[in-house]
Amino acid sequence: MDELQKTILEYVKKEYVDEDSDTEVDFETPLISSGIVDSFSMVSLKTFLEKKYKISIPDVKATPEAFDSVNKIANLVTEMLKG
Amino acid sequence: MAYPTTIRDAMQGTIEEIKAAGLLKEERFIHSPQDAWIEVEFPKGAPLKRVINLCANNYLGLSSHPEVVAAAHQGLETRGYGMSSVRFICGTQDIHRTLEERLTTFLGTEDTILFPSCMDANAGVFEAVLNEQDVMISDRLVHASIVDGIRLANQKVKYDSYKHSDMDHLEEKLKENMDRRIRLIITDGVFSMDGDIAKLDVICDLADRYDALVFVDDSHASGFMGKTGRGTHEHCGVLGRIDIITTTLGKGLGGASGGCVSGRREIVELCRQRARPYLFSNTMPPPIVSGAIKVIDLISATTERRDKLERNTAYWRKGLTEIGLDLKAGESPIVPVMLYNAKLAADVARDLFAEGIYVIGFFFPVVPKGAARIRTQLSAAHEIEHLDMGIAAFKKVGAKYRILGKSKKEIIEMHGG
Repeated sequence: MDELQKTILEYVKKEYVDEDSDTEVDFETPLISSGIVDSFSMVSLKTFLEKKYKISIPDVKATPEAFDSVNKIANLVTEMLKG
Repeated sequence: MAYPTTIRDAMQGTIEEIKAAGLLKEERFIHSPQDAWIEVEFPKGAPLKRVINLCANNYLGLSSHPEVVAAAHQGLETRGYGMSSVRFICGTQDIHRTLEERLTTFLGTEDTILFPSCMDANAGVFEAVLNEQDVMISDRLVHASIVDGIRLANQKVKYDSYKHSDMDHLEEKLKENMDRRIRLIITDGVFSMDGDIAKLDVICDLADRYDALVFVDDSHASGFMGKTGRGTHEHCGVLGRIDIITTTLGKGLGGASGGCVSGRREIVELCRQRARPYLFSNTMPPPIVSGAIKVIDLISATTERRDKLERNTAYWRKGLTEIGLDLKAGESPIVPVMLYNAKLAADVARDLFAEGIYVIGFFFPVVPKGAARIRTQLSAAHEIEHLDMGIAAFKKVGAKYRILGKSKKEIIEMHGG
């Protein structure tokens, strides 16, 4: 789980946080509700997870709530990996 | 049972939530034509107040221009009030074709199709042109109408996005999508909230390198960006290299309504065959088409108005900077005064209105959290004395809130982020 969280955190920082920004992101930082990731750009994250972990996240599971922190995303990926 | 109390209460509950979050939008009633000076009733029922308008998209000051008004009258007299039909049944007049041709020449493209609005153009174009083999790669700060258009097309077309104006990130996304038939790069020309300009020269070079098409919404640029006002593509030196331009006739180009898709001939033809807002709604009515043709005549004959807008923008930026306000850097006539805190933005806008200056505070979710601002917009209708009055009012109100000469950090320490 730790490795999973770290990978997701690294991706979120690279994909959504500007290099010159003072925004800090950790495992619990709200992503969607804080505006760091908006629902419009969330699709990049979903695509990354599906490709990296060879899973398919159904739209009904890919909700803003389920994507609202690195920990929540890691939980979702774990659930998908279990099938 | 058609509209039971439970439903009414639920709707009212949602409105109360919007109000409690401080996001309720209220209209101000303007009792005069759109211009540098307007007469405003606000709040509802209050006596009329004459104020300088610094928040309209009336960039070229043509909204109430006598020649445009006269042309609209003539259109009304000679072609009537409405069409009572969509374009392809019996809703196309000769003047629709004329306006499309005039826009094509002005924008330097191959062909143009009118839409009822640019919102409709953006809602219809992606679905009409792209298919499941393609990908839309969009800047993350594009206008809401593009977001809606992408969402509609995303039922069948793959979508990805890049960090705002981050050309390295865009290049990564292009590389990731080389297996697609069409890679469509999607951006605004001038971004509406920050007033910054897309790096269209770099974008076009990337498009060449990765065999991509380029889409630009130039609504906040058509008529004045670039030396002859063609738009952001002229400003960036890429005339003829943009595949799809959408723009509005509801801002600089007369400010009434209407929009268009202009670009490669086959793309425009596909919109004529498939774009749903074109197929299933009436187009622009005759008086507005006639007025818009006059607008293109006026701005094709002389660059006087866009030159004046450029001078006004420089004067305004210099004036606000000299009194110590924190501005977003840029060259467009959108000049955001950064206040960072939502309540501060609302308070400053309210006090400026009392001083006779009409501006609006913008805050989350319209702009990112901690980036609240007052977006000021210049017009060729403004005279220097209007701008001097605006600068004096900003100085007075800015002093009251102790924000003059203060950095972002100091404003946030004082008022919160």
